[in-house]
Amino acid sequence: MSEGRNRRRLLLALPLALVAALLAAPAARAGLLFPESGGSPNADSIHTLYVMVFILALFIFVGVEGTLLWALFKFKAKKGATAAQIHGNTKLEIGWTLGAFVILLFITVFTFIQLPSIKNPKPSLIDENGRELTAQVDGMQVAATNQSTPKGPTMTIEVNGQQYVWRYLYPGQDQLLTYTDMVVPVGMTVLLDITADDVVHSWWIPKLGGKMDAVPGYTNKLWFRIPPDAIPEGQKQVVYTGQCAELCGRNHANMYGRVIGMRMADYKKWYADKVQQLKTAETDVAEQQKKLTEQESQGGDE
Amino acid sequence: MGRPQIIASAVDNPDRTRGWTSWITTTDHKKIGIMYLATVLVFFILGGVEALLIRTQLAVPDNTLLTPERYNQILTMHGTTMVFLVVVPVWAGFANYLLPLMLGARDVAFPRLNAWSYWMYLFGGIALYASMLYSPPEAGWFSYVPLSLKQYSGTNGQEAWIYMVHLTGLSSIIGAINFIATIHNMRAPGMGWGRMPLFVWTILIYAYLVIVALTSLAATVTMLLLDRNFGTGFFDPAQGGSALLWQHLFWFFGHPEVYILVLPAFGVFSEILPVFARKPIFGYKAIAAATVGIAFLGMLVWAHHMFATPMSTTVLAFFMLMSFVIAVPTGVKIFNWIATLWRGTVEWTTALLYCVGGIATFTMGGITGIFLAVFPIDWQLTDTYFVVAHFHYTAFGASAFAMIAALYFWWPKMTGRMLSEKLGKVGFALMFIGFHTTFLIQHSAGLSGMPRRIYEYSETSWTWYNFVSTIGAFMIALSVAVTVVGVVWSLKRGAIAGPDPWKANTLEWFTPSPPPENNFDVVPRVRSVEPMKDIRREIEQRTNAEQRYRSGQPMLH
Repeated sequence: MSEGRNRRRLLLALPLALVAALLAAPAARAGLLFPESGGSPNADSIHTLYVMVFILALFIFVGVEGTLLWALFKFKAKKGATAAQIHGNTKLEIGWTLGAFVILLFITVFTFIQLPSIKNPKPSLIDENGRELTAQVDGMQVAATNQSTPKGPTMTIEVNGQQYVWRYLYPGQDQLLTYTDMVVPVGMTVLLDITADDVVHSWWIPKLGGKMDAVPGYTNKLWFRIPPDAIPEGQKQVVYTGQCAELCGRNHANMYGRVIGMRMADYKKWYADKVQQLKTAETDVAEQQKKLTEQESQGGDE
Repeated sequence: MGRPQIIASAVDNPDRTRGWTSWITTTDHKKIGIMYLATVLVFFILGGVEALLIRTQLAVPDNTLLTPERYNQILTMHGTTMVFLVVVPVWAGFANYLLPLMLGARDVAFPRLNAWSYWMYLFGGIALYASMLYSPPEAGWFSYVPLSLKQYSGTNGQEAWIYMVHLTGLSSIIGAINFIATIHNMRAPGMGWGRMPLFVWTILIYAYLVIVALTSLAATVTMLLLDRNFGTGFFDPAQGGSALLWQHLFWFFGHPEVYILVLPAFGVFSEILPVFARKPIFGYKAIAAATVGIAFLGMLVWAHHMFATPMSTTVLAFFMLMSFVIAVPTGVKIFNWIATLWRGTVEWTTALLYCVGGIATFTMGGITGIFLAVFPIDWQLTDTYFVVAHFHYTAFGASAFAMIAALYFWWPKMTGRMLSEKLGKVGFALMFIGFHTTFLIQHSAGLSGMPRRIYEYSETSWTWYNFVSTIGAFMIALSVAVTVVGVVWSLKRGAIAGPDPWKANTLEWFTPSPPPENNFDVVPRVRSVEPMKDIRREIEQRTNAEQRYRSGQPMLH
């Protein structure tokens, strides 16, 4: 009897030990057993939710597969053995049906506890000038496609998927557009309006949270906020990479996206430089065109 | 010699049943069933070769074996082949062969329509593969718009795909009507709903699902055909159409389709486990009810394939909850199978091992399904290799394992010869280890951020996952080769099976192996779910001769 109890204890201890070992080194195990995270609070919340389901799943896995294997080996046919002619057991069957319901009810509750922190953008940690904000108030919860706006400053970038490149439109008068690389200030809550011009794409940077499909004719919503301490000591920026997650044609595999986080001052400098570069480029093009037309008209005179 | 053989008939008319013309002109459900299964084997090997090409391309980073165009064509052909030309028709094949025999009927309700179903399936498959000669479709087996519209997929491969869906869809729908008519009207005397074999139950529900799901798909692909060639613009946002409409319509077919693939596999598990555990199935009514429940709920979970599309939280929450609810009847079935083995005398035949291996694998697919049903987690995991792993655990774990279990179990009935158990066990070990080597590690690839459907990658942290996965894929291929060798060997040299080599429970074992064209000269009255047990007992009593085999005890050859 004590042997049976020991065995049962061992069976119970096994998943617990595994969980403990896994939780002890979450960073090392990211990717092998757990999703990527660390670039944004919503990614971290998804990670937490995943770990909770993972622990539960581990118990279900060990329980069900263990019993199945046990039955296969323990009741292997021997000469002279007779199978018990049982047709069913109503109490047992009702029991495991309810049991399954209860487990799923648990996961449902978990999910809805975590959901707001994943779906609703958190307010920025800094203001427009890069000063730290202290008072934090979460936004109101509304539908996923119509996400809430947190109090305080935010930055909205329009993401547009095109075969096979991502285009970003920055807020402000300058109508600044960049491709592939999105540059944002760390600590600022970035709201994304995601759409596509041609076929369906899917915007995804694993460390910054879930993905959202870019569907032509629709605007999908997503957000992230890179923690200010994500920039390594002595460096100016932090880079997160990802790639398109929905089959969008022959070059789907090469449709990359990068998010580069900078401190507010560096971001402002980058932004100003970029706008200046574009203006110079535009004037250069205009001058060249002018020259060309002049040359052409001179040529016509001859 | 003194013991009487338990068979219904041995009369045969050799003139009508031999030669190749007897095959192409036949309306016999058994011959049609065998033609289905032979065709499925061909497509299974083609789809498998495509899978090997995909895995070889991804084995190492920056591989240049396949061009992006070729890769997209191969991934489209692999998915389309396995779904439309293998796992749906394989159950049409087994159902064709077994349904009338299990019901105690002489054929299906509409034998000529049945032949037509087969030929439409064959020509649907040929239509798709004919596109190999010019330009195969390359928009994926799901053919999402706008990618599958003329502007982005200009070649006629997409039309071949649509034509194939129409032909095989009609084939499945007509076949389903035939099965439903047969099951409702042609059961042996005494075989009430509560005495029908569980495989027949799952085929009945499969047939109803086929009618709901494939009619919807036929309409959907017709809209795509019109959009591509007649300027209708149902799905083109530029013309006021909706790109999401396709996804809703497609998955309204696509998720019931998942259950079309696995419910008959569940039926196979429910037939084979009790035979080799030498126990009645545990909770017959619960399993039949769970089948109906899964089918109904299966029609209410389609949008969980679309959690990352623009949708309101209410929709997300509804489809998450429905996906959870469907886990309950599925769990009930798994518990019932385990309880069937419990306190039995389990004979480790190849068929039983494939069943238990299939259940173990499917259970893991069910567990990863819980992760994907939680939509915030799905936002992180959808469209990655985690999903590829998940659905191969469910579809391959249930359907393919059950398919091979069914082959080993019913082959003696179909051919009169046994398959080699030794080769069978080698094949099973290769398949089980190969499968888990291929797909377990793909979860990690997905968790590390590897998206699906990419023809190459440069991220070296994914190399190890992909390399291991490729090795596993070749083990699966080796296992299939072993099975094929076993099949060919058995046709010539397999041990003679006799009418009832397993001492099984259902009526097909009452006929000689292979059964004569009319199946039964006399149809017995059915008194329980296990009519063969009753018949054996009755003969024992009538003849007073003790049978070699005793119910409830292992056979131990």
